[in-house]
Amino acid sequence: MTAIGDHVPTFALPDTEGITHEPGDAPATVVVFTCNHCPYALAWHDRIVAVARDYADHGVRVLAINSNDAERYPRDSPQAMSARVERGDFDSVPYLRDESQEVARAYDAKTTPDVFVLDANGLLRYRGAPDADHDYPAQNAAFVRAALDAVLAGRDPDQPQTPPVGCSIKWKT
Amino acid sequence: MSVELLFWDGCPSHPRALAELRAAMADLGLDPSTIAVREIHTQAEATLEQFVGSPTIRIDGVDVQPPVQEPFGLTCRVYHRRDGLISPTPDPADVRDALRTTAQTATTERR
Repeated sequence: MTAIGDHVPTFALPDTEGITHEPGDAPATVVVFTCNHCPYALAWHDRIVAVARDYADHGVRVLAINSNDAERYPRDSPQAMSARVERGDFDSVPYLRDESQEVARAYDAKTTPDVFVLDANGLLRYRGAPDADHDYPAQNAAFVRAALDAVLAGRDPDQPQTPPVGCSIKWKT
Repeated sequence: MSVELLFWDGCPSHPRALAELRAAMADLGLDPSTIAVREIHTQAEATLEQFVGSPTIRIDGVDVQPPVQEPFGLTCRVYHRRDGLISPTPDPADVRDALRTTAQTATTERR
């Protein structure tokens, strides 16, 4: 399991158009495990997209990954992912498919959402929930924003870890 | 009046849903201790109980936010709150209204 301060595993995953994305070449990267069917992921979704928009000028990259078993949860199929992207739900955030679930396992992702903030060197600087309450948009992904502000300023985040909250990752059986 | 909360343990939303259901019942002068809390363990149980996700709250057998063409299964349920936001739990106002309507109907029928 990757601990705060450790190098996170690298990966290369395709988005809904088949273009491969990987972390790196950014002062900070947000990797968020998410999906289509989970109310927690959906409730927090716009806040994550807003982070991507608000931090784009700082060079921050946000990568959304869906690792769920689409056979048991058809709403997480590649087709359903593409439909959300085409609808504009993800704005500029690439929505990546982790078909083998290897990336979720390498990150030890637990839930959707589960957020990981990496610094420019690929070190894990924050892991957990986007903010304190999925039901209150005014929370504004405060945990992620605080972590990014710290990383961009060359500081350690005051709160490097919070418990991830959401639906369990749907592992293949 | 029967009040049921059905849940699947793979979804963490049922404690909040139960707390909000208890609060709504107490607000309306109903006894929260009468809530029947039942866990759904398997897909077969979900199908048998017509369980479309966790949590599900039924009052006299009627869902507080009746699902539309949702498959039965072990999953977290997506609710839409009155302000349009998505939530893992039903809007407490919907729960309160459903309880009030059912209680009023029962009172009228007894007269």
